Amino acid sequence: MSHALQDPRPVKPRSSAPSSLTRGGLPRWAPAAIAALSALLGAGIGAVAGLESRMQWGLIAALLFVGITYTASSVVENRRQAKDRVATSLVWVCFLLAVVPLLSLLGVTIARGIKVLDGYFLSHSMAGVAGFAPGGGVYHALLGTIEQVLLATAIAAPIGLLTAVYLVEYGRGRLAKAVTFFVDVMTGIPSIVAGLFILTTWTLMLEQGPSGFAGSLALSILMMPVVVRSTEEMLKLVPNELREASLALGVPKWRTILKVVLPTAIGGISTGVMLAVARIAGETAPIMLLVFGNPLINDNPFEGAQSSLPLYIWEQYKVGSEDSFDRAWAAALVLIAFVMILNLVARGIARWKAPKTGR
Amino acid sequence: MAKRIDVSGLSAFYGTHKAIDDISMTVEPRSVTAFIGPSGCGKSTFLRTLNRMHEVTPGGRVEGKVMLDDENLYGQGVDPVAVRRTVGMVFQRPNPFPTMSIFDNVAAGLRLNGSYKKSELNDVVERSLKGANLWNEVKDRLNKPGSGLSGGQQQRLCIARAIAVEPQVLLMDEPCSALDPISTLAIEDLIGELKERFTIVIVTHNMQQAARVSDRTAFFNLAAVGQPGKLVEIDDTDRIFSNPSVQATEDYISGRFG
Repeated sequence: MSHALQDPRPVKPRSSAPSSLTRGGLPRWAPAAIAALSALLGAGIGAVAGLESRMQWGLIAALLFVGITYTASSVVENRRQAKDRVATSLVWVCFLLAVVPLLSLLGVTIARGIKVLDGYFLSHSMAGVAGFAPGGGVYHALLGTIEQVLLATAIAAPIGLLTAVYLVEYGRGRLAKAVTFFVDVMTGIPSIVAGLFILTTWTLMLEQGPSGFAGSLALSILMMPVVVRSTEEMLKLVPNELREASLALGVPKWRTILKVVLPTAIGGISTGVMLAVARIAGETAPIMLLVFGNPLINDNPFEGAQSSLPLYIWEQYKVGSEDSFDRAWAAALVLIAFVMILNLVARGIARWKAPKTGR
Repeated sequence: MAKRIDVSGLSAFYGTHKAIDDISMTVEPRSVTAFIGPSGCGKSTFLRTLNRMHEVTPGGRVEGKVMLDDENLYGQGVDPVAVRRTVGMVFQRPNPFPTMSIFDNVAAGLRLNGSYKKSELNDVVERSLKGANLWNEVKDRLNKPGSGLSGGQQQRLCIARAIAVEPQVLLMDEPCSALDPISTLAIEDLIGELKERFTIVIVTHNMQQAARVSDRTAFFNLAAVGQPGKLVEIDDTDRIFSNPSVQATEDYISGRFG
């Protein structure tokens, strides 16, 4: 076998380099310097050409950054390095393109929402406050959102969870395929259609008045497929060996699912449920149809019109005065904070419940 | 408490594919029986038919009889859950429950079956861990997760978990193939101790291991890929490794094929 170690190809002598392994390279600070340079150039070109939008400046700077990086690298280094650097900078540019809108959205909402957001705003309703006048608060809407979301979760989470357990652990043949198909179809239902469905069945056929519960019914239709999908994925991740280990101990299948499979996946499942909650917390259309909106505090979700945060934002924006705009922004900030707190709670649960590996 | 296994005319299927064909053999109580043979010859499938784990696989189906003393495991009205409580199993890869501590892992069989007295639980866990030669290594960290142990310790934890429910028979599906030589030695010593109390059936790819631990050895083979696996012969381990009665066995053991 020793002959395979000898390379028959002649080694080309490299006169230019002191060693065959060292090559010319850009210094470590080069990417930062090129970034600064292209940002300057982008701003300069934008200002000279009279471009209004900062987005255009940024795009010019991004293109310059990729171009300069490629040229500099091909001159100083080699083509392979240049391609590597272009790929790296493309990834960075895409990352920035994704993050900039998010940060600017958060920044604007916080900057404009913080103006009227205080204890008074959080603890008062719009009772006796004219739409264009200052004052008033978001308490009734926040209460409505929390109640509706909780009710919708109480309906959708158990049904979704059990459906996913059926699909992963028991489902065989036609029924399972049909369920999977309909879950897929349900994922694509527009929220207004879910709202109209409940409007025809609950409000028109059963002649019920507007209530938070009617809204929850529509929200649970939207939530269910998301819960099924995420739970299904999490249950599939549980290794089959664990199920077999439990079955081989003489544990019945239902107990295996309850005590071994679900606890192993509980972190991911709770994250999935929380993400579904975050999705429905921002729904407006079904709430407009079914919950109707109410400037007063109604803490009973089963009787009478309620409000909710997205609906409140829309109402305040529609009024069109300076003070109502402030309230709309502040309510938007409350909604974002609400969803973010839910997500943090979900992450906390996921970390707390995740299978431990420590010694 | 150990029981005799008497298999006659047993075939197992995956859907329409026949995986093993017409196997008959007897496994004596309080002995170690090793299954050897090339990959894909149905050793593991046959092992899994002995505690009705084969039918857990989608499409899994069995024909024939498996008598445990005088009860047919595939008879009318036999509850597979009850069978698995009587015939325990240890798998190829250590698979402790990741959400449970070492203590809970061993107690899992009793707890999940719901039939235990709280006062007994500590004793059972200690006895099982001692039985699996793991007690001294873990007695100070019973509340730590089982997945924090080394591979060999995890496998002994799985054995402790299996013997905690006091089965009559212990099936082992290549229990050492994921372990280093020292852990393997520990498990082999353990098998020698466990056969005082249990009937043990072990699948192994390691012929030295079969020769070391088993009293009797069964050689499985298949005619060609896609054909069902068959039992070629079963005999005392000494005879199989010194003077087998079938040529194919000698070829396999001496490394002339497979």
